[in-house]
Amino acid sequence: MLRMLIRRLFLGAVTVVIVSMIIFTGVEMLPGDACTAFLEREAQGKLLENCREAQGLNRTAAVRYFDWATSAAQGDLGVSANGSKSIAELVGNRLKNSLLLAACALALGVPLAIFLGVVAGLWRDRPVDLTVSTLAIFAMTIPEFVSATVLILVFSVWLGWLPGIVLTSANAPASAFFPEILLPVLVLTMVMTAHILRMVRSSVIEVMAGDYIQMATLKGVPYWRIVFRHALPNALLPAINVVALTIAWLLGGVVVIEVVFNYPGLGRMMIDAISDRDLPVVQAIALIVATVYVGVNLSADILTMIANPRLRTLHMRRG
Amino acid sequence: MNVTTAPQQNTRLNRILTVLRDVVSRPSGAIGLSLVVFHVVLALVSPLIVPYDYKAMNSAMMLTGPETAHWLGTDHLGRDVFTRVLLGGREALLVTGIATPIAVSWGGFVGIFFGLIGGRVDEVLMRVVDAFLSLPWILKMLVLIVTFGTGIEVLIPTLAFFYGIPVIRIARAATHDVVARDFVAASRARGHGRMTIIQRELLPNVLDTLMVEGAMRWSWMLLAFSSLSFLGFGVSPPTPDWGLMIADARGFMSFAPWGVLGPVIALSSLIIGINLTADALAKALGIDRAQKAPV
Repeated sequence: MLRMLIRRLFLGAVTVVIVSMIIFTGVEMLPGDACTAFLEREAQGKLLENCREAQGLNRTAAVRYFDWATSAAQGDLGVSANGSKSIAELVGNRLKNSLLLAACALALGVPLAIFLGVVAGLWRDRPVDLTVSTLAIFAMTIPEFVSATVLILVFSVWLGWLPGIVLTSANAPASAFFPEILLPVLVLTMVMTAHILRMVRSSVIEVMAGDYIQMATLKGVPYWRIVFRHALPNALLPAINVVALTIAWLLGGVVVIEVVFNYPGLGRMMIDAISDRDLPVVQAIALIVATVYVGVNLSADILTMIANPRLRTLHMRRG
Repeated sequence: MNVTTAPQQNTRLNRILTVLRDVVSRPSGAIGLSLVVFHVVLALVSPLIVPYDYKAMNSAMMLTGPETAHWLGTDHLGRDVFTRVLLGGREALLVTGIATPIAVSWGGFVGIFFGLIGGRVDEVLMRVVDAFLSLPWILKMLVLIVTFGTGIEVLIPTLAFFYGIPVIRIARAATHDVVARDFVAASRARGHGRMTIIQRELLPNVLDTLMVEGAMRWSWMLLAFSSLSFLGFGVSPPTPDWGLMIADARGFMSFAPWGVLGPVIALSSLIIGINLTADALAKALGIDRAQKAPV
């Protein structure tokens, strides 16, 4: 078990290192650098050279990568290209806002998804399941900017119940984002609920068809006791992984929703940084998001392993 | 040689027909497939049937509501919205229609190949795949698009490359399920090379999974494509595109909502159609899609 854990942690670390290389190479590919962006039209001759000298941009790529990676590993993300503000500070605010958005969506979506998934799974192919499953397909397939636009149209333009756009500034306290945050949360909840509930549903169906459930039924154990005591604990285990993927998605993949609602999170900052060629910021955000992804998935794997002895030994047997 | 290939082709055709019949016999498959066919046919014939020129502006008729001359009204430049909705899926279908087969082919081949080889190389490759998957799709795409431009000659390879990466993982997992079976060992014992084993033993067994995967990738690619258009990184104006149209019409939503509704319905119906088809296909082929997490 311990060996397994160490191995997993090691593989996770390797993945993060590879990600950092990909990010660095990718950003290197972008035309221009911090100095051409900063100096704009005057980016030529002596001025450009001096700037590059000052920023250390004239060193070889390998040296710069090593430099960037080691300081990033120590928590120093550098300074943004067009100002002298530290990236840790800039990104910190945005990360806080993204976390707030993610936390609200999770708090709403996970219980809802588990409830609907279990109901749909237990009453498989009945009207309730068909309704839930169909709605889920709609919710997860319609592009986020489309559902966001429709929700704004209905709740903001026609009914006038909720504000359709976030006007609060990035460094405002969390409480200032209500009620503006509600519509983006609603869109995110729709999408994630659909993904998680489908997973829970198929897992419930699989578990309920298992031998030990049949055995319990034959022994005369009451139905709801079977469901709550025997089926659900096993059926909900796989949900851990989907929830983990959802968390990673919420922190990095919701760029479009943040743009639609003008929400000052990490995603919108990333788009702005790419358009502004603020390469250090792009690198920092990419690294944070990727690390969160790897970390969250790793935690989910470990959690599942701890909770399920069968899976634990299965992994060991596979080597 | 000819004697053996003829019936083989025959059974393959039969199997395709059987699967197709199975797909159509399910309500989701019937609805999904008709939506997809409708959109593909529309994309092919729409330039012949549209009532107006998609880029003809009319400053006298900006943001007018639906009427007999303009079924869905006009946009902020006085262009006919109905015309633009009819044409708005062509670029998306062209780009994703080319990029999807490429993505599934290269991802599928790499996945099968490394699934067969296994060992250290395979282990390293999987870490690289994980690393790519851990980055948000939009970041990966934007870096390439900002570097090379937004034309379809950039979008097709970009989409094909990034959407092939998750396919590697799926193909590799499916290969692992077959690679330990006796017929692969038998093929090895007969002295067949890797390529022969892949072609004769592995590919036929992994193909079903790849087909379903391809259908799913297609819908996700469409999603990515229209999201990019929406954000202003995809199709460039005045080319009609649903994502771009929604982005443009959003600003006038409070007094001209019909501008968003047309492209919203068109785009949603296509993506839902593909997903319903993929679902029915997965069931017809006996592959459980719901188990797979969103990547």
